[in-house]
Amino acid sequence: MMKNFFSKLFDQKLRSRTISYLLVIIAFIILQLMSSTGSLSSLLKSLLVPVCCYTVAAIGLNLNVGFSGELNLGQAGFMSVGAFTGICVSGMLASMITNPVLRLIIAIIAGALIAALMGYIIGIPVLKLQGDYLAIVTLAFGQIIKSIITNMYLGFDENGLHVSFVENKVTLASGGKMLLQGPMGATGTQRIASFAIGIILILCALTIVYNLIYSKSGRAIMGCRDNRIAAESIGINVANTKMLAFIISASLAGAAGALYGLNYSTLVPNKFDFNTSILILVFVVLGGLGNMTGTIISTTVLMLLPELLRSLQDYRMLIYAIVLIVIMLVTNNAFLQAKAAKLRESLIKGKKGAKLS
Amino acid sequence: MNYRNLLKGGLAAAMAFTMAACSSNSGSASGSTDSQPSSDGSEKAAFKLGGSGPLTGGAAVYGTAVYNALKIAVDEVNAAGDIQFDLNFQDDAHDPEKAVTAYGVLKDGGMQMSVLTVTSSPGAAVAPLYDEDNIFAITPSGSSLAVIYADAANKAGSYGNCFQMCFTDPNQGSASAVYLKDHADLGTKIAVIFKSDDNYSSGINDTFQAEAKDIGLDVVYTGSFTEDSATDFSVQLTQAKDAGADLIFLPIYYDPASLILTQANGMGYAPTFFGCDGLDGLLTLEGFDTALAEGVYMLTPFSADATDDRTKNFVKKYQDLYGETPNQFAADAYDCVFAIAQALKNGNATPDMSTDELTDILVKQFTSMTYDGVTGESMTWSETGEVTKAPMAVVIKDGVYVGAE
Repeated sequence: MMKNFFSKLFDQKLRSRTISYLLVIIAFIILQLMSSTGSLSSLLKSLLVPVCCYTVAAIGLNLNVGFSGELNLGQAGFMSVGAFTGICVSGMLASMITNPVLRLIIAIIAGALIAALMGYIIGIPVLKLQGDYLAIVTLAFGQIIKSIITNMYLGFDENGLHVSFVENKVTLASGGKMLLQGPMGATGTQRIASFAIGIILILCALTIVYNLIYSKSGRAIMGCRDNRIAAESIGINVANTKMLAFIISASLAGAAGALYGLNYSTLVPNKFDFNTSILILVFVVLGGLGNMTGTIISTTVLMLLPELLRSLQDYRMLIYAIVLIVIMLVTNNAFLQAKAAKLRESLIKGKKGAKLS
Repeated sequence: MNYRNLLKGGLAAAMAFTMAACSSNSGSASGSTDSQPSSDGSEKAAFKLGGSGPLTGGAAVYGTAVYNALKIAVDEVNAAGDIQFDLNFQDDAHDPEKAVTAYGVLKDGGMQMSVLTVTSSPGAAVAPLYDEDNIFAITPSGSSLAVIYADAANKAGSYGNCFQMCFTDPNQGSASAVYLKDHADLGTKIAVIFKSDDNYSSGINDTFQAEAKDIGLDVVYTGSFTEDSATDFSVQLTQAKDAGADLIFLPIYYDPASLILTQANGMGYAPTFFGCDGLDGLLTLEGFDTALAEGVYMLTPFSADATDDRTKNFVKKYQDLYGETPNQFAADAYDCVFAIAQALKNGNATPDMSTDELTDILVKQFTSMTYDGVTGESMTWSETGEVTKAPMAVVIKDGVYVGAE
């Protein structure tokens, strides 16, 4: 029974899912062990949470780009919405809920929900169209969100929330707190994000995405990607199906953003600009479209690389660029791909052979 | 075939680089990255001085200037012999996220005191970390209040161990207003053009407007722009001209300011331009006709043409080594190192002390001592970390800064 269960875990269908989970859990255990023995450097410690955040956002984007086949150039915009929602929610609940973990979870859920709502509003007109319109609109969305938050002043005191735009007209009762201060963004945020919650968030994201793509809706999503007309002909509502993938993608970005925002005492709206969207897209493309394990690995490697190259000083960004190009060439090289496929095949054959004997 | 070999070669090279990086990285964790050889060659124990700033990206001009000046200052202090510094300066690309990881690198390197960060928002992100680990830090140019206060909006929750060498943004705004009131000959009808999505610029504008109202300056026009519209200023300039402004206050960085100067010149509009320390760098901007900057005033604590020995020596060294005139960021950084050295010396600190002891000594010294540097005489610091020094205006004449009266 037990054996049956394990062999099923490594079945053709479920193998990639199991590997993803194992990778995350093993990484977590190793890092926790290192951290408890004190051998984890401050540099790595400071990278743990941001890597988790970008991984979750990249998993979300991969669902949209890899499975739904719609290009999204505004993932950072959704992260931004989630981040500032999370910071505001956490700031407002600070006096009511003293348990930081509970407050963090509420903030993450709030960030995910608001980002999902934004995704829904954008998706209604755009996903009914054929072509690259989603890319254009999400690109604009990212810019609009940046502009709105840059010009937004939000304060909180015992009378409730006070909002003003462009100029700071917010006057607070004593004991009140400014949550957003226009171009300065959020300052003095309580840092309540933790690596454990980050890992749990990644596992949740993986569960959601894998359960979706192995379900009927997931097959419908891929059907719409591969042939819109064929999908329509068998009665699939293409707009709604794509909307499902897009909303989940946006909400994962929102959750990632909330965790990110609560990891730093300061967050400026300019952080989530077009470059950040492209960075997340790079993680997804290098990890492989539709490949969640690859996304996790590529995000981790590409986040760590520039930090580990610090000692090279001026050549750091140059080498980072070269490595990016090399990875792109290697992963797209037909010869190497064939070799890797052969290797995989022989491994599976070996396993099967052992089973038979 | 050739292609494949090329690929293999590239991959091998990349791996070699990565491995080299990893190995030398572990080396720098235990030792130093930019250690300066002490003058007498003896193995004296050194204080580990950390810091981060943008050496890459859009704000690299500031980070590089600070880094260069830090190297000069550390060399000079080490050569003097009383205090030895071991400088470790990391790139943060003007990004709070990278500044936090840079802080991790510095902490792994055993940092004992720091020049914090060059720019404000990264400074605001790492200041609480310095506070938590109780490491003394003084920023050369992170002028935002959020660098020294946990709750900047209410000016509350001062960190106590984070200090500033530069004026805070609010101080620059009110000081500019007071200066313009006292010097009515520069212009009486004032227009302001500021960058609304930049916290430096909007911070100065807020306090300038408030102070202007208090002391009765005639602000006839206020225009703003954002990062995305920082290429065309004809609308703002035309409106300022129509409002009859004869002085334009520019609390912005030099990049958009150069465009404003060029476009104002193009439309034949010649008011007096007055800016804050952000305009520093105008003369070294590539592709900018410096003749247009003639007569531009700026409020800055440092002018490279000052005739005291300290400034002359610093400017000459900087020019010899890096081929350009140091700006105010460099001067502030230079002063940071000497101020720390002075405090360490007066407090009889030794490198083998714990960071808690060192922070105690430095905080006590900084809040009680007076320091004379290239950016001002007899500077003092309040317990919240703000500096008090005389603001000074300079004007650009014949391509150099000249102190304005």
